[in-house]
Amino acid sequence: MTCPTQREVILSRRKFIIGGSALGAAGLGIGLILPTNAETDANLAADEATSNYDQGAEVTAWVVIRPDNRVIIRIARSEMGQGTLTGLAQLVAEELACDWDSVDWEFPTPGQSLSRGRPWGSFSTGGSRGIRNSQQYVREGGALARQLLLAAAAQRWQVPIDECQAQNSIITHGPSGRTVPFGDVAELASTLPAPATVTLKQPKEWQVIGRSVKRLDTTEKVTGQLRYAADIKLPGMLQAAVNACPVHGGKRGKVDADKAITMPGVKKIVMVSDDAVAVVADHWWQAKQALDTIAIEWLTGPSGQVDSDSIHAMLTDGLTATDTFIGHNKGDAPSALSKTSRLVSADYSYPFQNHAPMEPMNATVLWTPSRCEAWVPTQNGEAALEVLADAAGLFREQCEVHKTILGGGFGRRANHDYLVQATDIARQLPGVPIKLLWSREEDQRRGVYHPITHCRMTATLHQDGEKKGLPEALHIRISGQSILAALRAPLGEQTIDKAVFQSLDEEGDHAFVYGIDHVLADHAMRNTHLRPWFWRGVNINQNVFYVESFIDELALESGSDPLDYRRRLLADNPKALAVLNKAAERADWGRPRPQGTGLGLAVCKAFGSYVAACAEVTVSNGSLRMNKIWAATDPGVAVNPQQIEAQVAGSFVYGLGAALYSELTVKDGRVEQENFDTYPPMRLAAMPEVETIVMPSGGFWGGVGEPTIAVGAPAVLNGIYAASGVRIRHLPLKNQALS
Amino acid sequence: MPTLTINGQQVTVDVDPTTPLLWVLRDHLDMTGTKYGCGIAQCGACTIHLDGRATRCCVIPVSMAEGKAITTIEGLSKDGSHPVQQAWIDLDTPQCGYCQPGMIMAAAALLAESPDPSDADIDRTITNICRCGTYPRVRAGIHRAAELAKDAAS
Repeated sequence: MTCPTQREVILSRRKFIIGGSALGAAGLGIGLILPTNAETDANLAADEATSNYDQGAEVTAWVVIRPDNRVIIRIARSEMGQGTLTGLAQLVAEELACDWDSVDWEFPTPGQSLSRGRPWGSFSTGGSRGIRNSQQYVREGGALARQLLLAAAAQRWQVPIDECQAQNSIITHGPSGRTVPFGDVAELASTLPAPATVTLKQPKEWQVIGRSVKRLDTTEKVTGQLRYAADIKLPGMLQAAVNACPVHGGKRGKVDADKAITMPGVKKIVMVSDDAVAVVADHWWQAKQALDTIAIEWLTGPSGQVDSDSIHAMLTDGLTATDTFIGHNKGDAPSALSKTSRLVSADYSYPFQNHAPMEPMNATVLWTPSRCEAWVPTQNGEAALEVLADAAGLFREQCEVHKTILGGGFGRRANHDYLVQATDIARQLPGVPIKLLWSREEDQRRGVYHPITHCRMTATLHQDGEKKGLPEALHIRISGQSILAALRAPLGEQTIDKAVFQSLDEEGDHAFVYGIDHVLADHAMRNTHLRPWFWRGVNINQNVFYVESFIDELALESGSDPLDYRRRLLADNPKALAVLNKAAERADWGRPRPQGTGLGLAVCKAFGSYVAACAEVTVSNGSLRMNKIWAATDPGVAVNPQQIEAQVAGSFVYGLGAALYSELTVKDGRVEQENFDTYPPMRLAAMPEVETIVMPSGGFWGGVGEPTIAVGAPAVLNGIYAASGVRIRHLPLKNQALS
Repeated sequence: MPTLTINGQQVTVDVDPTTPLLWVLRDHLDMTGTKYGCGIAQCGACTIHLDGRATRCCVIPVSMAEGKAITTIEGLSKDGSHPVQQAWIDLDTPQCGYCQPGMIMAAAALLAESPDPSDADIDRTITNICRCGTYPRVRAGIHRAAELAKDAAS
């Protein structure tokens, strides 16, 4: 059985009627067919055997064109709000030379990718890589389709192909003026041999790339018709609620489920892996109610003794440890620092944070001894297929993953622990579709968290000469968790985690921006039993907070203006300097502000892009008001400026909100904040006005979903200092006094 | 068995009366536009209208909704034409979109009560959580929806 969740490549589509609705009929706006998109409903009526005709012709793996000229562009990466779906479609459409208004989209499945030799490349969606890592082959996929359509038209007219041109989904034969729409030659084009090479458009020829077109996925999101994975319903489906050991790494002991099994709707109590218990019931609420009555003994071992104080003591110890991995190592910082007694030093810290996407973790799995299918909100469809096959005890070829649009990801959904659980449960009920949905509390307790780190910054300043006041040497000591060590367990702690040095690197996508003669960045790896993971921005969040706070402190130490100080340090980094200058200029940096109001700056390079922020804040009577943030971004190429603007503003909510309010503390080995009442995200009233300056300088492709997330917090914190003289070195801000 | 009036239609559901309205909508009636986000009325993803008032239905036992007019995102308009929905489309407001049905229902209730809300009104009443950070376009969208509604009325 297949049940497409969204628009999925047609070979896996079938008509599907949802049963069991007490309402029975339309009129209440209840979708009776999956997917609920009207366009696809018509196609769903087609059986697999005949569907290709209705769907149109597959000109290339990326492009399907229907007889009515609708263009379906296939997108392998996951859409979780970041807009990559629309951006990637723009890249294909640009080279295809189709009418943008006729563009539709669908997801190929990981199983199709496997059977066809990965024509869509990687499905992995993270690291702000969606566009920057695939833009070349995605554009080529569109260009190849255009070439084939041109060849088909030329063949039909019996004219040379170079006399034909494509524009807005119409091919024109120049000399005769004849025209033909894409839809009329797509079938023929799909049968022609592919040319060996294609030529991509020059940036100056772009018409769709660089345009603020509307997203392709908005309408269903405002009508409530879009089915997220949490909304899947299959015939005969049962629902599961799960409770896993709240102390990561702990095991399940005795279980008393005598009452639960008697409760309404409950079908089965399931032991999941060695660390969880699930209840399977007709409805989720029934499962959850029954789950809450089950007494479970947790075998936590020494991890059950860990608390925030013991973790902080361990990280503090790392600030002076000698067992370190060395990242950035330029000049001889230790020597330069040892020669002087004039050291400036400050310690900072950054807490555990949870991703907490609005859609809690969930997956729906149907397992039989010979086949397993799953409906998964995943950031990496291919990885999900691997995980599914492994958990199902089947070959990949016997499995399939149906991706949905994600209700937020932020990195969390690149980890598939929830899919492993759902598959384990489904294996214990063969032939019955099982939807596992985590409660918000489970999502908090069983998160994979933003790593916790401390940092000690130590510098010495030039005492004279033209560099007077600038740092001569800088030592950045990071003490704390490594995400990659956890991924590489059990041997991970023996190897350097280079990602720890994001935005502290000597060169590359995460290069340290400042020109300082002697720099040493090293890492005392200190891991905890709480699982670390990629969290939007990953390690730039803390690293840029550390660097930009300390640079501000050094500027003040040397009696310099923070903007002027940074400008001197960026003399050899024109792109970083340009975004910094732009943000400061828009903020009118030199204009005096009223008492209690101040400006703060931050700049960095991350995920290949250059970003800067200037924040204006007011501190009065110990309370903070963020008035406005000016944010400048140079992503090289700006595919869709209005979506970049949305990502920049969103970065402030996610990253800055976390810096202000979000902290997971640990007691008895488990996190204490189990829902939004104790783990409060930023809400609308606290949101500062944001002015985004998108300033693509061309020649490179940088990411946009994550870079800005790093500059919000330090800009605001530096602004707080300017406004109030209070220096914040430990996050979240809510724990610190502002007066 | 509770009888409910949802989007103008009466329906009787075979369900424990203490079940939260959210789960009756989602699991029993397959009206999945109303989302589960927190279960403790913190996030607003489950916002519906109960007799016209924005209500977080994850904490409302279905028995309490009997005899009241329930409007869900599916019933806000037949075709996405409500001014708030139109404004959301105009401004490309949603990112991941999961919180947006609740956000839209909260905004629609605000506009029904206060046709031209101030920023302070918006700050006070729109307390739904959006993790993607659509707040600037939510605010702009509410102002735009107010204009659209005014234009339609004139």
